[in-house]
Amino acid sequence: MFDLDRWTELADGLRTNPVRTLLTALGVFWGMFMLVVMLGFGDGLERGATRSMAGYATNAVYLWGGRTTLPWGGLAPGRYVGFDNSDTEALRQLPGVEHVAPRNQLGGWREGNNVVRGAKTGNYTVMGDVAELAHILAPIVVRGRFLDPLDVAERRKVAVLGDQVVQELFPYGEDPIGQHVAIRGIQFKVVGWIRSHANDDRSDRDNATIHLPFTTFQRTFGFGDRVGWFALTGAKDVPGSELEASVRRELGGRHQVNPEDNNAIGAFNAEKEFAKITALFTGIRFFVWFVGVMTLAAGVVGVSNILLIVVRERTKEFGLRRALGATPTDVVGMVVQEAIVLTAVAGYAGLVAGVVVLEIAARLIGTDHATMGTPTVDLGAALGAGLVLLIGGALAGVIPARHAAAIQPVVALHAE
Amino acid sequence: MIRLEKLNKSYPMADAPVHVLRDLDLFVAEGEYAAIMGSSGSGKSTLLNVLGLLDRYDSGSYTLGDTLIRDVSEREAARLRNQYIGFVFQSFHLLPFKTATENVALPLYYAGVPRRRRNELALQMLERVGLRERADHLPNQLSGGQKQRVAIARALVTKPRLVLADEPTGALDSQTSNDIMDLLASVNADGMTVLVVTHEHDVAAKMRRVIHLVDGRIASDRIQVPS
Ligand SMILES: Nc1ncnc2c1ncn2[C@@H]1O[C@H](COP(=O)(O)OP(=O)(O)OP(=O)(O)O)[C@@H](O)[C@H]1O
Ligand SMILES: [Mg+2]
Repeated sequence: MFDLDRWTELADGLRTNPVRTLLTALGVFWGMFMLVVMLGFGDGLERGATRSMAGYATNAVYLWGGRTTLPWGGLAPGRYVGFDNSDTEALRQLPGVEHVAPRNQLGGWREGNNVVRGAKTGNYTVMGDVAELAHILAPIVVRGRFLDPLDVAERRKVAVLGDQVVQELFPYGEDPIGQHVAIRGIQFKVVGWIRSHANDDRSDRDNATIHLPFTTFQRTFGFGDRVGWFALTGAKDVPGSELEASVRRELGGRHQVNPEDNNAIGAFNAEKEFAKITALFTGIRFFVWFVGVMTLAAGVVGVSNILLIVVRERTKEFGLRRALGATPTDVVGMVVQEAIVLTAVAGYAGLVAGVVVLEIAARLIGTDHATMGTPTVDLGAALGAGLVLLIGGALAGVIPARHAAAIQPVVALHAE
Repeated sequence: MIRLEKLNKSYPMADAPVHVLRDLDLFVAEGEYAAIMGSSGSGKSTLLNVLGLLDRYDSGSYTLGDTLIRDVSEREAARLRNQYIGFVFQSFHLLPFKTATENVALPLYYAGVPRRRRNELALQMLERVGLRERADHLPNQLSGGQKQRVAIARALVTKPRLVLADEPTGALDSQTSNDIMDLLASVNADGMTVLVVTHEHDVAAKMRRVIHLVDGRIASDRIQVPS
């Protein structure tokens, strides 16, 4: 294979008809190019989707109190179910639960401007939160930090601001950390500046939010020990739907709710959304490989066909080589090597061209595009395609090579 | 060198097989210089192809040197062709994209000779046939006679013991034919067995033995004094 002479023989074969060599190579080039580009864009789409879902822990569950619609234990329907701190403690003990984040909210859009900083005012969502929320929200910390357990334990008067809050209340370039903001007239010290990972309307809401320690919030705004709703995540292998059911059962039991009553406690889990999206991208990936491999296969069949013609045209040459001492194996080797080299070189060129196109696309799309992430092709996929190519090349050579080897020297020498 | 006994060869055809060589008995000693003559279709080329292991025969026996040629594998046949036999064809059969040197060196490639040595030997052979200065020419830059001399150089480069030439002068004018035949005579003078298929009586007249084929049988086989 690495014998210089074989390569010279090979080059002779290819340069006999450069145009045809080129056309043949084009089929494989195109197949590889398509595969790489489609894989890259499929990957980009997936990346975009995953990014817009970042922040949803995959098995997060959200629960809020509703109104009972069925009687239970002598209680009439129509009762409001409200959570409190003892529910938080109970949920933290529940098996399968990892992080529990009780949350409370101040009115936002209902109440007009509620936050003041110097001469600037704004209307933002104000939340009471615990440090564990970071596991569910997964924010980007721009400066400072998110709330920590001590903030909550000591009821500190501190605040973590969303990106939009900082942009609107602080002049460009000013560091908000250590400054104070007044929320409903009460001063809070800014300890963190965060930004949402996500890329949708939910992220706009997150960026217009101020997070206060949960305990501080309850005390300051007169919530007593009330909890508005829970965000929680399960241990790694617990699916969202199971987690939802067990938490629902626990809370239902604590609040005398009929187990049949689905309206008393509202809940949402992201599992189904995730399953849908995962299935979608598995589908896209499969489709891309299918189309790509088919295109490649067409290229390989093309190489095979062209080589069959080449073999026919070179019948006389092969006959002569046989007369001069070439074995059938020598002839097979020549043809197969030619096929492999043709496919490998063309395929590699297609790979490079595909990667170049992806690079250019990545520059044009940039990193902040909403639905389209940076298109890339991972090394594994490229190597996989390369392997497919080499095998394809060898296969492309097999049939023509058999034809070539079957040529009897006499017949070959007669051929004109 | 060559021993044929009751050799038969026929080509299977749609209606009836064409019986080309019939019960051929032939002995050719080492160092002979013989012409094979006969009318068109008498089986001359077929005989030469069988002798050169380019084609198979049906029955009888063919012994080349000490080897009985029957059921030899393709690989073995290739080796024998490469080491024992040199071919010269009417239409030269040079590879058009290779220079004179590369064409001459080709059999050495299949003999496994290293590149440098191959080129040395090829150049020596071109020297021998008087084409040293055309070493880097492509076949289409050579005249017919020059092409045939390159082909002869190629046939000789592995120092074979048997040279088989099928109408080597068939495509050449008489002056060039004479040159080529002189070359083959000198090859024979070096000790190689040379068999030449020809139609031309002046060509045959220069050889020491003339074998006549008629319908696949030897009609006459005589020794003569070359003119
Ligand atoms: N491959 C083949 N298939 C069928 N018949 C063949 C084949 N090759 C040769 N023949 C037949 O065998 C006979 C002998 O052919 P051959 O080529 O040996 O003749 P030749 O003596 O060399 O003739 P020429 O002087 O025209 O070259 C002819 O009748 C020819 O038609
Ligand atoms: Mg003939």
